[in-house]
Amino acid sequence: MSLITQFLIGLLFGSGLTLAGMTNPQKIQNFLDVAAIPSGTWDPSLAFVMAAGTLVTYLGYKLVLKRKRPIFDTQFHLPKKKSLDAPVIVGPAIFGIGWGLGGFCPGPAFTALGTGSSQAAIFIVAMLGGMVAARLIALKRIGEKTVTVKA
Amino acid sequence: MITEFTPLASTIGGMMIGVAAILLMATHGRIAGISGIAVRMFPPYIDKDASGRVMFIVGLIASSLFFTKLTGHWAPMSVSGGPLLLAAAGLLVGFGSVWGNGCTSGHGICGLSRLSFRSLVAVITFMATAIITVFITHHLI
Repeated sequence: MSLITQFLIGLLFGSGLTLAGMTNPQKIQNFLDVAAIPSGTWDPSLAFVMAAGTLVTYLGYKLVLKRKRPIFDTQFHLPKKKSLDAPVIVGPAIFGIGWGLGGFCPGPAFTALGTGSSQAAIFIVAMLGGMVAARLIALKRIGEKTVTVKA
Repeated sequence: MITEFTPLASTIGGMMIGVAAILLMATHGRIAGISGIAVRMFPPYIDKDASGRVMFIVGLIASSLFFTKLTGHWAPMSVSGGPLLLAAAGLLVGFGSVWGNGCTSGHGICGLSRLSFRSLVAVITFMATAIITVFITHHLI
């Protein structure tokens, strides 16, 4: 039941992305192309997706997080870090360059893969490689830090 | 190439994404951050939820077929750039999103809804570098 639920939530998430036009890299790049505002070819759709998604989630999280626990788990898993550090600036800076270059971010790339796009497939293979590499390096650094503290 | 401004479809689509994010929190207590979900499908495993993450990603992939069945047409999609550029873009997106603990969904939709300052900084940063990148590739090169 838990697995089917996750599949269905992924299906809803991806359908939203598709309806919103976010699986089209051209549409993303036309949003990011703010120099096109004067010429009238700027496409502000992405701002509507972000605003609607954030507002709905803000309201929904308020209700959900009042509950003691989620249905299929014993606790809510929320990020604990509150303060800024270098990775939360360096990571998004790198991410943004790739996002601008290809017009794909992770969610829409997976959804675009379902259309049988070989371009999405190339992007995803490279993306997963980059993800796993970043995680392994980050985990190794945490490990080294812990060792230093112990010593 | 010009794309049509779609305020209504994009607002409804955004709301669907929001409902999906709420449901994932209500059922599994998890942030709907795609980069975090994707990378934790792979080892090292720190919990027993890897198969659930695979199911979520399978749902994401299947959604375009579902959408096509429902509407009778494929959603428009146009990619500029060859395989080498896409591979480089993928590498940067993958590395950067995991290094910064989130992408457009985790920091964007979920982080901003939680009024997280870290996520706000992340969103401003990736918007800035993405806008600069598109300016360079579309207007300078």
